[in-house]
This record gives sequence, C-alpha cells and structure tokens, in this order.
Amino acid sequence: LKLVIGIVRPEKANDVLEALYRAEVRGVSMSRVQGHGGELDRVETYRGTTVQMGLSEKVRFEVAVSDEFVQPTVDALCDGARTGEVGDGKIFVVPLEQAVRIRTGESAEAAVTPVAKR
Amino acid sequence: MSPAIDTGDTAWMLAATALVLMMTFALGLFYAGLVRSKNTLNTFMMCIAAVAIAAVTWALLGYSLAFDGEGALIGGLGHVGLSGVGFEPRGEGTIPHLLFMAFQGTFCIITVALIAGAVVERMRFGAFMVFAALWSVLVYAVLAHWAFGGGWLAAQGTLDFAGGVPVEMGSGFSALAAALVVGARKDYGRQALLPHNAVYVLVGAGLLWFGWFGFNGGSGLGANDASVLAFVNTLLTPACALITWFALDLIRGRKVTAIGAATAIIVGCVLITPAGGFISPGWAMVLGFVGALPCYFGIQYRPRTRVDETLDVLAAHGIAGFTGILFIGLVAQFSWNGIADGLFYGDAGQFWSQALAAVVTPAYAFIATFILLKLVGAVMPLRASEHDEALGMDVVYHGEEAYVTGEGAILVMPEDDGKALVADPG
Repeated sequence: LKLVIGIVRPEKANDVLEALYRAEVRGVSMSRVQGHGGELDRVETYRGTTVQMGLSEKVRFEVAVSDEFVQPTVDALCDGARTGEVGDGKIFVVPLEQAVRIRTGESAEAAVTPVAKR
Repeated sequence: MSPAIDTGDTAWMLAATALVLMMTFALGLFYAGLVRSKNTLNTFMMCIAAVAIAAVTWALLGYSLAFDGEGALIGGLGHVGLSGVGFEPRGEGTIPHLLFMAFQGTFCIITVALIAGAVVERMRFGAFMVFAALWSVLVYAVLAHWAFGGGWLAAQGTLDFAGGVPVEMGSGFSALAAALVVGARKDYGRQALLPHNAVYVLVGAGLLWFGWFGFNGGSGLGANDASVLAFVNTLLTPACALITWFALDLIRGRKVTAIGAATAIIVGCVLITPAGGFISPGWAMVLGFVGALPCYFGIQYRPRTRVDETLDVLAAHGIAGFTGILFIGLVAQFSWNGIADGLFYGDAGQFWSQALAAVVTPAYAFIATFILLKLVGAVMPLRASEHDEALGMDVVYHGEEAYVTGEGAILVMPEDDGKALVADPG
C-alpha cells in the first residue's frame, strides 16, 4: 500500500487526469498548492513595487494505490505532467500505514480498490 | 451661416460621449469575466489599449477619412490632425464640431475593443496594438464614411442610426477574420475553457446597457425626437431579447443562465443600434423578441466548429447588427422618423438599400481584416508561444496577476538606495 504524491503544473492537471484515467487509476484527490522548486522566479511590478514571486502555483495529486499500481500511477503522472522545462514538478511515493473506506469500513488493499474491480 | 449651437443639444452630447467611452471599460469587464483567470488583465488591457490607440489615430487621421467631404468611398484629408475642427457646428449640426468628432471617436474606440473578443487568451499584446492602430483607420474609418460621413451607402439611402454598419457588422465580421488568421487557442476543443467570473460578466453587461443609452440616445446628435425614440427603444429591445433568451434557455436546458442573460443584453442593444431612431417602440419590441433568435443559435453553433471566435463577437454583434439593419428596411415608419418608410409601410426600395449594406459591409470588413492581419503577421508573430499561452497572458505581457495573494512575494529593493530601505538589523 503506497501513497503517490505528484506535484505538477496547473496547466498540465487535465493531462494528468486523462493519463491517470487511461492507466485505470480511479481514486484521486487534487488540491491547489503553492511551491518553490528550481525554477527562476517571476518578477512582477505593481505600481512601482517590484516583487519576485518565490512561490508558483502547482497542483498536488494524491493517489493511494496497491503495490502493483504504483508504477502505472507514477508513469501516468510523468507522462501527463512533463513539458521538459524546469518546473514540471515532483513525484513522491511514500508507504501507507493504513487505508479505510468509510462507507463499508473495509481496510487496506480493499479500501483502495475501485468497487467495479471486484 | 450654419445653424447656431444649441446648448441643450451640446449638454446632452457631452454626457453621451462620456457614456459611450465608459462602454469600452464595461466591455473590458464583460470580456475579462468570460476568460480564464490567468488572462483577466490581458483581456481588459486590450480594451484599454483600444482607448489609447483609437483615440489618437482617430484624431490624427481616422476622423478626416470618415467625415471630411462627400467622396463615395473615402473622405478627404482636410481634417487631418483635427485641422478645421473647432467650436463651429459641422454642416447642419447644432453642437460644436469638436464635440461631434469626440462622440464619433468613442464609437471607433469601442469597435476596436470589440474585435479583441475574437483573439483573447493567445494573441500577442504588441501585435494587437499594431493591428488596432491600422484597423481603426483602414476599416473603421472607411465603414464610418460609407454609413455616416456621406459615403456611397448613405448616399444610396441606407439608414443606419447608431452604427449597425461600422460598429456592429464591422466588428463582428472582422472578428471572424481575426479568429481565422490568429487561429484557435491551444486547448480549444480539448479542454473545457470556462468563464472565470460570471459576476464580472453581468456587471459589465449592465454597464454596457447603461452606456448604450448614450450610444443610441446620442446618435440623434442632440436632445431631439430621434434621440428620445432611440433612447426608449434601447430600454425596450434588450428587455425583449432577455425574455426570448430566458425562454430558449428554459426550453433547451430547463435553467435560465446568467451568462446567457448578459449575452442577451448585448444582443438586444446591438439589435436596436442601427434601428433606434427609425422604428416605433412597438416594432422595437418585436425586434428584441425575434432578432435574438439567430444570435442565440449562432452562439450555440459556433463552439461546435473549429473556429475559436472566442467571445462570440460575430454572433452577438455581426449577426445582431445584420438583423437590425435588415429590420429597418421592413418596419421603418415615416410617421416616427420623418425620413423613410420600410417595406411594410409601402417602400420596398428601402429594404433593398438595407440589404445592400448588409451584404457589402460584412464582405469589406472580413476581407480587409483578413488581409490586414496577414500583413501584420508577416512582419511580427501574432500569437504567443505555447509555453506563454499555458502560463497566461497576464504574467507574460503585463508582469501582473489579477488575483495575487502576496504569499511568497519577495520585495525587490531598488539597486542604488536599497540599503537605506532595509531596516537596520541592529
């Protein structure tokens, strides 16, 4: 059981969703986050006040998957989010202690397997 | 000696001119709400650029080409740089020539801004400004001369009260050409590209309607019967267009949409623009009810095509202006306008005069704009790069964002006296 976290460009979020769908990964959360990676800062000016925007908008995907789904999920995130420019984002895979489906109380693998699969 | 200045007329025309200028900013708000949030400022800025550029080109050259002399195709150069435009009235007018020039200038400005709706979210800001300057002279001034300045359309009897020819059909069919030359947005047809703020759209539409009372109500060029008729019709036609829109929305989707309502207001105002001072209030209501139909279906149909005419300038202005121009030919009434009757009142010739304008104007606007943009495109790129388009026009061309949180923003001090501004760490 793993949690795959992908932090990607907002404009690539739709492509990522499409890639995940094609990889038959069904359970996804996403949120808007702000972050800083290796990219150059944007400089913006507001009425004479010049600022360096240290944080840029990103979208964070969180996908809890069973072990055999880790690689397809990571591949889908890479395919969907890559532009080749600095700032494409990161993927983190972390071990997951426990997962529970609230509706049924199912836990572990059963909790992250889509209902239609069984 | 021409008729004397009438102070009442002058007072109203001063106010009307200011109302029409406000419409361009209202349009900016309307358009800004319809695009994605990353392009809010750029969209608004295209309208503001239209004010800056068209006001200058109009004063320097456009006004002269539109309103100097009775040439069939184009005016003269007698008023270049506003020479000979002073406090004396123009021709039979009762307001200062200078004020007439400014009033007509605000029409040129909003027409240039309207075309921006076809190319938002991907056209380079610099290229748009170059295009705006050339278009305001080569297309707008020519059409304005034909319809208002004594050119061949007006001479052969076409009635156009407040700009169905130069403003509405001129912008609508130019917008189609611009959308074709510049090309669709990268994500068009692949992703849902939704309006980011419906309230901006509604407020913008409301302010446009308000300003339109100056646009139509001022086109009688004084506080006179024609202006009053156009003013009242500007109340009635959009209201009727709204009701038609509500009904169509209800039938098709079972819900009355807010952005649909905002669109209906614009369509109604455009419908009555050419006809304002020529048709009875009763027929103005009919125009609103019936004229909204082709525009509604135009807007439903366009997104199914490959043509990314993004904010539907063609349907809302081109088709509505076309409908309004033709409608005059049917229901103009001498008893209301003192000028001419339409087909229903015994003069079929008037309808053919209107039909001629409705064919020639779109053709000129489309072809001239198509060639003009191709020429501009040969000198400089018209489009932003894919990378910039993904990032958003606001950051790329203006270095600002519409909805900035300030989180993660590091203040950059001016190089020279930066040290003086940093608090002493003690």
